[in-house]
Amino acid sequence: MQILMIPEIGHYALVIAMLMATVQGILPLAGVASRRPLWMAYARPMAAGQLLFVAIAYACLTASYMLDDFSVTNVANNSNSMLPWYYKLSAVWGNHEGSVLLWSLLLAAWGYCAARFSRELPRDVVARVLGILGLVGMGFLAFVLVTSNPFERLLPNVPGDGADLNPLLQDIGLIMHPPMLYMGYVGFSVVFAFALAALLGGRLDAAWARWARPWTNLAWAFLTVGIALGSWWAYYELGWGGWWFWDPVENASLLPWLSGTALMHSLAVTEKRGAFKSWTLLLAIFTFSLSLLGTFLVRSGVLTSVHAFANDPTRGQFILMLLGITVGLSLLIFALRAPRVGHRVGFTWLSRDALLLINNILLVIMTITVLMGTVYPLLLDALDLGKISVGPPYFNALFVPLTLVLALFMGLGPVARWKQTPVRLLVRRLWLAALGAVVLGVTLPLLFAEHWSPAVALGLVAALWIVLPMLRDLFDKTRNASSLGAGLKKLSLAYWGMQLGHLGVAVTIVGVAVVSNYSIEQNVRMAPGDSVEVAGYTFTMNGLSNRRAANFLADRANISVRHGDSRRSFEMNPEKRLYLATRMPLSQVALRPGLLRDLYVAMGEDLGDGSWALRIQYKPFVRWLWLGGLLMAFGGVLAVADKRYRRLATAPDPEVRAANAIGREARA
Amino acid sequence: MRPKRKQKLYLSLGLIALAAVAVGLTLYALRSNINLFFSPVQIAAGDAPIERQIRAGGMVKEGTVARDPESLDVAFVVTDYVDDLEVRYSGILPDLFREGQGVVVVGKLQSEGWLRADQVLARHDENYMPPEVAQALEDAGYTPEDYQDKAAEVGERMDARQGASQ
Repeated sequence: MQILMIPEIGHYALVIAMLMATVQGILPLAGVASRRPLWMAYARPMAAGQLLFVAIAYACLTASYMLDDFSVTNVANNSNSMLPWYYKLSAVWGNHEGSVLLWSLLLAAWGYCAARFSRELPRDVVARVLGILGLVGMGFLAFVLVTSNPFERLLPNVPGDGADLNPLLQDIGLIMHPPMLYMGYVGFSVVFAFALAALLGGRLDAAWARWARPWTNLAWAFLTVGIALGSWWAYYELGWGGWWFWDPVENASLLPWLSGTALMHSLAVTEKRGAFKSWTLLLAIFTFSLSLLGTFLVRSGVLTSVHAFANDPTRGQFILMLLGITVGLSLLIFALRAPRVGHRVGFTWLSRDALLLINNILLVIMTITVLMGTVYPLLLDALDLGKISVGPPYFNALFVPLTLVLALFMGLGPVARWKQTPVRLLVRRLWLAALGAVVLGVTLPLLFAEHWSPAVALGLVAALWIVLPMLRDLFDKTRNASSLGAGLKKLSLAYWGMQLGHLGVAVTIVGVAVVSNYSIEQNVRMAPGDSVEVAGYTFTMNGLSNRRAANFLADRANISVRHGDSRRSFEMNPEKRLYLATRMPLSQVALRPGLLRDLYVAMGEDLGDGSWALRIQYKPFVRWLWLGGLLMAFGGVLAVADKRYRRLATAPDPEVRAANAIGREARA
Repeated sequence: MRPKRKQKLYLSLGLIALAAVAVGLTLYALRSNINLFFSPVQIAAGDAPIERQIRAGGMVKEGTVARDPESLDVAFVVTDYVDDLEVRYSGILPDLFREGQGVVVVGKLQSEGWLRADQVLARHDENYMPPEVAQALEDAGYTPEDYQDKAAEVGERMDARQGASQ
């Protein structure tokens, strides 16, 4: 009896959560406006309650999946009794309804964390921040309940078995990718709430920036990992060996990442120098708006791809409405209140401030170019002006040169000083790095590959130009210490975070440059006994066989690979699977990964006469792409762990802290 | 002018110049990289440009997929049930490429009237119909039910054939 009622309990919990979010969104904000501490005090308990009840709802849906309750429409459409348990667990978010529920769950979790770790904040700021998060939560829970209820039943005609999860999604990459990505998307809601709270309160000081920075960094780190995982998944699961397609859905995740990167840097200036205040607020608003836009693009069905589950227009309209309200209201608040928080701080053109300004402008231009390429075809379509698509050449033509310019300034930024940097100092510190970057960058491709490619050389110069000045800076910073170890210990975690983050960008640039120019792809026709040579590796097909697993049938090729004249060989076994429940074919790629190169074999199609079409690829440095992403994310997390944020969290008394903040302001 | 004002002026001017360059470049890049979609009817009517990258699509006509026995060259016919378009491609077709299914091809139209495809796209879902193709079919007077039934029918026949050969 209890088991039968699980979906209803989940549904009920979701309704309660929405009501709590409504209270959280209205009472504290009204309390601030009317100066009623009691109303403001509703914020924290409601945030906790909202999380609790969304978590109950989520647990109920998961239980329905685990118990194979096919009377629930969502389970019947996306699961199957033969599915292994871990895919049942991830199938919960492998569909529209479940994924927006996950979105809401993570939003509630971030809201709860904001409530939990804001003890040292003034009461009215907490009330405003949580109130705004409550409003966002309310919007999304209403979206789930009104248009995408995951607990809908299929009664009385309960199917005997489910339709199965899309085979492409039956994979470790999918278990990890959406939660990480959503953590990033949703995480930007916290800094968005902080920004609106600052606008409403008319107060924005260094302390505010110090509160907002860790949240931004964390959200950004999650988003980075999410994007890297998505790219990795596409690489091995789609069977083409591509790692970035400039697909609108990918762009949807890149947009908040780009503006979030700009936001992180602009927050640094706001904290250290008290400058760029309105700009920081605007970026915070835009970043979260772009997260919502991404959700809209992916969830509304205006795009068709593996991500677009829904084709119900009411859903798209609902998210578009949420997006419109959020962007419109927050920009209105910005327009009305921003003049209050701004105040000017001078700096010269050669200073870290100015370089970070350039960084921000470049990142915003990149965001806009990607946004235009993504939205322009949709706009034309919506206005009935024709169906077009914007291909990768557009994005590459704009994104690659902009990245190179960005890299140029990334080399200068970390060694420049705030406010003013003498030209002589920059030249003295950087000439060796510049020379090293050019010489090494131009010669290294000669050693690695047979032909010299200007694009690779340019990429390497850019990457080295990012890394070498950082090394020089490390050297300068530790030179005067008693020992190297002591010198390194003195450097702050925030500094290491920045270094790692930038190193990650350099590593990714190397990966992109090399894999884009030195990859070798060969589509071949092979029968057992045939051999083919690709990039110095000899691939010999030994035989073909069939294999049966719980939920699919597979044709399997056995291929032995030998490098050059070496005696040792290894085997690769690509498969072509046919999933039984959906009758959907899928290539399972055979990969031989390595830090310097991947070998990649995918089965194409049965050509009928005992031979198969195979796609064989040699992908040098492809791992560097994702390694760079992980380094960036790790840098972001490391910066959050910096002492100055922890000290703030344990500081004793609000009065003392307020005094400190004022003191710091005065000094800065 | 006071130095601060001057700085602001330069900043604004710089920003405007940068924005102008960015917009100009973007529009230029967009112009040369837009792929327009054409249905077989439009191509037969001569609406599509020759030797320029376009997208075309429709259903893969049953019984037209012909593979070269020596290489990976393949030819097939894409139809919107009014007109046909011959497509030639060299390489591996996507997993979900099947007779009777909707596809989108990207490539250049040759003056002889066939299309040399660089890319053949079939999506990750059996029941999925590329929206451009659906629109083209609708323009040709077919409702979604028509071609879905047709696709299901062809699919069943193909499955039966596969079952018989195994």
